Amino acid sequence: MPSMEAIRALSYEPCPMKLSARIRLIGEHTRSLSIARRYFVVNGFDGALTMLGIIVGFYHSNPGPPDAAALTVIVSACLGAAIALGASGLSSAYISESAEQSAELQELEAAMVLDLQGSSPSLAARWGPWLVALVNGLAPLLISLFILLPLLLPAAFTFLWTNVLEAAMLLGLGAIFLLGIFLGSISGHFWLFSGLRTLVIAIATSGVIILCTPN
Amino acid sequence: MVLVKRLVLDILKPHSPNSLDFCTALAASGLGMQVACRVLAVDEKTESVEICIEGAELSFDQIQESIRSQGASLHSIDEVEVVSAVDGSH
Repeated sequence: MPSMEAIRALSYEPCPMKLSARIRLIGEHTRSLSIARRYFVVNGFDGALTMLGIIVGFYHSNPGPPDAAALTVIVSACLGAAIALGASGLSSAYISESAEQSAELQELEAAMVLDLQGSSPSLAARWGPWLVALVNGLAPLLISLFILLPLLLPAAFTFLWTNVLEAAMLLGLGAIFLLGIFLGSISGHFWLFSGLRTLVIAIATSGVIILCTPN
Repeated sequence: MVLVKRLVLDILKPHSPNSLDFCTALAASGLGMQVACRVLAVDEKTESVEICIEGAELSFDQIQESIRSQGASLHSIDEVEVVSAVDGSH
């Protein structure tokens, strides 16, 4: 049975719609929720692997704990990449999704022989791309910031781990493992197998980086 | 004053919202409304449904607005049942 918020969303009572009701409306009329979930994993994995790659590259060039100057360079490079991934995810997903959903709405209007302006399918087609874009942009940014925590707060992490680069690499591998578990929960596969599979990809990538970069 | 008690409407609607959500939203557009739905035909992107609405005092404007806001269109009014108020209180 739909909740009262969803009913209100559908019946368009003139009251401000809560975010949860908007998301439900988007889910009822478009495929945006499943697309957003897919984008979260795809771009989140992108972000995590990119951060891991940069950190492994720096670690391979100088395995010891970085001094303050080196840490500034590493943090700047990683933050730059994280922000670029976030901006790229946000803009590319919005542009592609708004075009897709606009086309789908036009097809529905043609089938209905009706202008759907202001109706629930039209509102869902307008909000859907924003939801997908936000997920696609925020996933790599937030996961990257999580991995960068030891570099952003070195004082807090040196108590736990002497080399903040190693701590960041561990967080990166952990984030990728968790993304694998999330994928496993979606597909219904055994969570450990799914997590280990993504972890193997991350370790193999790190190995290739170590082999290909000069020491 | 004449009160609308029952309406049978022929409606073309998108697949989404489904019939349950569509009728729930219709029923929520007024008080004491009983809504029944029968799917007549299903197309690639749309479906034709026959909606039967019963209530003590149906507001056709509210029903139409609810139909429109859900992206559906009213094709025809197939049956109507109205009564005039006995005591003239309306």
